[in-house]
Amino acid sequence: MHNHENAPHLHEQHFNTPVQEYAPEVKQLVLDYTLQLADTSFILGHRLSEWCGHGPVLEQDMALSNIALDLIGETRSLYQYAAELEGKGRAEDDMAYLRDTVEYKNPLLVEQPNGDFGDTILRQFIFDSFHFFFLKELQNSTDHRLAAIAEKSLKESSYHIKWSSEWVIRLGDGTEESRKRIEKAIDNLWPFSGEFFMMTATEKALLEQGVIPDYSQIKQSWDAHVAKVFEEATLAVPQNVWMQSGGKEGRHTEHLGFVLTELQYLQRTYPGLEW
Amino acid sequence: MNTKEWPLWEVFIRSKQGLDHKHVGSLHAADAEMAVQNARDVYTRRMEGISIWVVESKHIHASNPDDATAFYEPANDKVYRHPTFYEVPAEIKNM
Repeated sequence: MHNHENAPHLHEQHFNTPVQEYAPEVKQLVLDYTLQLADTSFILGHRLSEWCGHGPVLEQDMALSNIALDLIGETRSLYQYAAELEGKGRAEDDMAYLRDTVEYKNPLLVEQPNGDFGDTILRQFIFDSFHFFFLKELQNSTDHRLAAIAEKSLKESSYHIKWSSEWVIRLGDGTEESRKRIEKAIDNLWPFSGEFFMMTATEKALLEQGVIPDYSQIKQSWDAHVAKVFEEATLAVPQNVWMQSGGKEGRHTEHLGFVLTELQYLQRTYPGLEW
Repeated sequence: MNTKEWPLWEVFIRSKQGLDHKHVGSLHAADAEMAVQNARDVYTRRMEGISIWVVESKHIHASNPDDATAFYEPANDKVYRHPTFYEVPAEIKNM
């Protein structure tokens, strides 16, 4: 992952400061959680990068790739921090390329296949609507590094949520075909929208420590934003949908294995290879 | 919209405060909002800009090359139109 375009902006105050003092059990929680956030951005960033060269038009191909790169940039900051927290000499690439499916803690939504453009837009919209409001709150984290990473990523996420929201409106209130596609995407993906707000044991413990925000408040912002965008898109917000979960605890859909197979192929086949 | 092609837009970028918007290229977009966002994604990835204008290409009216003689040549021998007798103050950088 040597991409200069996404090198962290080192002027952010806390990117260079050492890991703050934590009791060992709290430190483990922060580490687990940082990996969970990193995995989430990483897998979604990778999914979006699969669009590179396949976008419906050149301009949207670049929009998708730009968002992918933003997410990979956020991923790098998080994996670097995780490696520091762990303090066992592992680096960001080890975190990304040498962990197995069950160790990945991303919510199930982000590993779902790209499908058609409507599926990709809706997956992005569900994620952005969480990510944006989440980062806003994470800026107030008692963990200085996570707060600094949130502050930097929020600028990018502000654009992502605008982009995906406007596409939901365009597709929903567009042609007969575009509406059919986005409605199909809603049917497919809505069961994966609830997991973001279901708190795992790790998350509950970190909430008590003031490291992460209360998800119930973020859910209110999410609901309000989704309702507003869907109304403008003349789409109905699904009600009483049974929600899938498990990703944040390492229980994944069959798709993640295929994603990691491709992502990790090189490091698994030629361990330690650099170029 | 009857056609399947999105209309063409011309993109103008201001690279920094105090400079003019400059034509950088064109792109396709369904509406003005999308054109601004596409311009952001296509033309400002390497910190090229701080402001974007877009205008649908069909709204640009150009002079006819056949008129070049009548349009431009009469200015050739009117050197007195150049304000060459003024000194530009040092504080004025972009002129």
